[in-house]
Amino acid sequence: MERFDAIVVGAGPAGSSAALTLARKGFSTLLVERGRSPGVKGMFGGRIYSWALQDLLPDWAKDCPVERTVVRENMVFLTEDASLGISFDSPKLGQGRAASFTAVRAKFDGWLAKKAQDAGATLVTGIRVDDLWKEDGHVRGVMVAPNDRVGADVVVIAEGATSILTRAAGLKADLEPREVSVGVKETIELPAETIQERFGLGEKEGAAFVFAGQSSLGLRGGGFLYTNQSTISLGLVVSSEDLSRKKVEIQEVQNRFRLHPAVQRWIRGGKVVEYSAHLVPELGAGMMPRLWGDGVLVAGDAAGFLINNGYTFRGVDLAIASGVAAGEAANAARTAGSMRAANLAAYDGFLRASNVLTDLERFRRAPLFMKNERLFDVYPRMLMEIAERLYTVDGTGQQRLVDAVLEQAASTDVPKLKMLLDLLQGARSM
Amino acid sequence: MTDGYGLEDKSHFRGVWVFLEGRAGGLRDVSTQLIGEGRRLADLRGTPLTGILPGHGVDALAERAIGYGLDRVIVVDDPMLEIYRSRPYAQVMAQLIRRQKPEIVLFGASKNGRDLGGRLHAILETGLAADCVKFDIDAEGNLDMIRPSFGGKSLAHILCKKHRPQMASVRRNVFVAPPHNPDRRGEIVHEQVELSPQDLDAKLLEFDEFTKEGGLRPEEADIVVSGGFGLGDPKNFQLLQDLADRLGGAIAASRKAVDSGWVPKTLQVGQTGMTVRPKLYIAVGISGAVQHLAGMQESDKILVINIDPKAPLFEIADYGIVGDLFEVLPEMIRQLDALKGGGVAGPPALPAEAR
Amino acid sequence: MSGPPSEMRPMRIIVCIKQVPKAQELQVDPVTQTLKRVGVPSEINPPDANALEIALRLKDHHAAEVVVLSMGPTSFDESLERAVAMGADRSVLLTDRILGGSDTVPTAYALSETIQKIGGYDLILTGEETTDASTGHVGPGIAGHLDLPQITYVSEVRIVDGTIRARRTAEDGTEWWQTNMPSLCTVNFGCNKPRSPTLTGKIRVKRGGVIVHWSCADVGIDPKKVGLLNSPTIVAKVDTIRLPPRAGRIFSGDSKESVRALLDALIRDRVVAL
Repeated sequence: MERFDAIVVGAGPAGSSAALTLARKGFSTLLVERGRSPGVKGMFGGRIYSWALQDLLPDWAKDCPVERTVVRENMVFLTEDASLGISFDSPKLGQGRAASFTAVRAKFDGWLAKKAQDAGATLVTGIRVDDLWKEDGHVRGVMVAPNDRVGADVVVIAEGATSILTRAAGLKADLEPREVSVGVKETIELPAETIQERFGLGEKEGAAFVFAGQSSLGLRGGGFLYTNQSTISLGLVVSSEDLSRKKVEIQEVQNRFRLHPAVQRWIRGGKVVEYSAHLVPELGAGMMPRLWGDGVLVAGDAAGFLINNGYTFRGVDLAIASGVAAGEAANAARTAGSMRAANLAAYDGFLRASNVLTDLERFRRAPLFMKNERLFDVYPRMLMEIAERLYTVDGTGQQRLVDAVLEQAASTDVPKLKMLLDLLQGARSM
Repeated sequence: MTDGYGLEDKSHFRGVWVFLEGRAGGLRDVSTQLIGEGRRLADLRGTPLTGILPGHGVDALAERAIGYGLDRVIVVDDPMLEIYRSRPYAQVMAQLIRRQKPEIVLFGASKNGRDLGGRLHAILETGLAADCVKFDIDAEGNLDMIRPSFGGKSLAHILCKKHRPQMASVRRNVFVAPPHNPDRRGEIVHEQVELSPQDLDAKLLEFDEFTKEGGLRPEEADIVVSGGFGLGDPKNFQLLQDLADRLGGAIAASRKAVDSGWVPKTLQVGQTGMTVRPKLYIAVGISGAVQHLAGMQESDKILVINIDPKAPLFEIADYGIVGDLFEVLPEMIRQLDALKGGGVAGPPALPAEAR
Repeated sequence: MSGPPSEMRPMRIIVCIKQVPKAQELQVDPVTQTLKRVGVPSEINPPDANALEIALRLKDHHAAEVVVLSMGPTSFDESLERAVAMGADRSVLLTDRILGGSDTVPTAYALSETIQKIGGYDLILTGEETTDASTGHVGPGIAGHLDLPQITYVSEVRIVDGTIRARRTAEDGTEWWQTNMPSLCTVNFGCNKPRSPTLTGKIRVKRGGVIVHWSCADVGIDPKKVGLLNSPTIVAKVDTIRLPPRAGRIFSGDSKESVRALLDALIRDRVVAL
């Protein structure tokens, strides 16, 4: 029977980072991916925060398949036909540790998996690991079929949001609908020059958009837009609970979003060439499985490491950092003498050291806040009407900003106290 | 141009041969069909047409074979040849060919025919073109062997310019059998071939004949009702059988239906299945991939039933109905029953020989 | 061969496979009139996969070594790797530019020579024909070269008391044949469900050393007997098919009406008789 020191299931950002770290620490490492090649099965909005990569591969920028470096951040509130946008430009964006870039998963994951292989990990693709091999609750390896097993001292589960192995490891209960959103994304082709003209960008520069409010037909969620080299990633993350409650298909929501004038002005003339949908773990720290057991660790989306705090989506950086932390934890356990849970608990420390857990816990209220329906309906409309008052110069008397706000607040049905509370809650969770 | 096969002068090779295969006391259809085509080629070449008949106790069969148009039959009689085995049969053919140097040898592409041709062409180191649908003689006197290629989209012309004999195999029902003339005279020659006990290298333990199961074989039927992917489910083939019963026809299937496991491969019509040329071919729920066309496009009349008006098969249809087969087929059965109070027959049957 | 296989000497099964363009993806290059092979997804010729599955099932039940053999360009490594990942022990690729354009005569010759170089074989298996060339000649051709018993159109193989038993689909029925070892069988397309590659198998492939490349010189193949110029047959030209024009009377609309009109036409035209 084949044996490795470590087996990593899933060659996405979390898995490849774990495999790379393990290989560097001298573990014989098997990296198993169910897709034909890494990145084929994964999906994300489109932007990667590079800090975690910088720690793992200081030379990453030399050959990493970066689409565009983000130099402008945008937040857009939508009602049915109007929009209010805030745009943030700063020379600091796109520089140093805080830099982020847009990417294509098939290329990025392939690049990162190759780094793991260069460090000595063995990559096998096209095999789905269905089960763990356990003895008395201690994970001893993976099992594809009764006569197709591979042994390992430690298994890192990095399968993604639809992970089945965490359950097999006894680390997590079934996903509930409110724990999971549906993410949908279209890739829209536009020539690079058009993108640069239209968005006001230089050759390797990119822009990121978050859409709030009516982008999702009143369902709780948000939209995003990222500029790649010669394509645009446009999509939504929508509560799956709302989808089933309101009996709407995600494709319909995406269609309406795409047709909104505030979106059309950016993608006009482009051709949709790809469509993908994926489950997105929600609720951050609220639903995290237990992250380690005897002979097993969980990293990336499989561990629920995703932050959606309303103005940004973070997943890949957390995946990379947690993959690295898992590798470090396995190494620490080996030094301590065995892969028992007590030793693998070092994972917690490593996750905090890179702020993965701390950030998750800090923003744990955000998902719950994001479920506040007024956020998607009443408040955006309020904002629009305030903007309308301010920008209506027709000779009937121009208002001051503060008057406009107070008048608008008074004219809605929402009691002032509630509005104040919402404001406070929003401020605290963001 | 160098050549490792030590070729002999082509002009030493003369005559058209047809390998004859027996079945249940008679000749296989494909053998009689090939005699007809062989006759045409032999006349074009101005040379005799010879049938080769290895076997045991086959003299009467040899006599009968002459009536289809042969000038001569070479009989090789040996108990070892009573049933077909690759090695002794290949030995017989190789020795005869080396001895008598025919220019052209034709094989029916039955299971045994293909089995034999494949082994023989390697022993003789000469060309063999499989599944030919047409022959010509080119300007230099070579046999132009024409066969479908690339999924039936094209016809390839295969030549075997320097090597002899030129060999080709042909599937059943590509050619039409000539009528039998019992008064035709020809020569029966008995040849001896060296066979050793080692040539009996395979032992037949068991033979289970395919049962007819009351169903007509598609290659023999005047009307064929063929089902494709549009049927959706294996049990819907019963609908086809019901219609076939009313018309006195046989059922068949497209490759997709076979690959889906709905019916056995023995019912498959197409480039890698059977070729049929019935009076009426009814295609139900078949879109019309070119590979399927190759197996039925020579049918007299083609009727296409498909819900998609753009199905390619409509382009070669004589008749068609655009509609849901689950409505159309039962309606056809209903109306046929009403018209006859039981069923209709196909066109009057021709004498068995002429098929 | 020193006596029948035993515990001391496992049975050696050689499976000949070919890599072909995926069936649904057959594309003809409009310029050269040949099959496009580059940039088109490939697979193990499906009947060869059925042959390999027969070999692997024998290996499940007997002490056996399965060697997979192919002849072609180095891109065929993909299929050989898949075969090993499915459970074959090792593989050989006969690869040499001078083999290019070989028809079935040089192919059968070259493969036979290679099989003899591998040596020690008890059973040779290959698919009944390929999905791209569809001749079915090479398997029997190899049997002819090596002077072996030959059973074609086989759907099942058993080893009984050191002999080979094969179930053959003949023209009129099913036959069970018995031969001594070694012999050659060609295998029916679709007679079984080839197994998927395993994780263990894929790891073996990654560890390396499961494919060996041989040139014609390595095997001792005579260059004057292989290649395009030394093939007895050539494709002189290719025509597109012209079909006879057809009457094309298509009925649509209400089923009852359509069927009535159709049956009227069929009867009037004497295609069916009452």
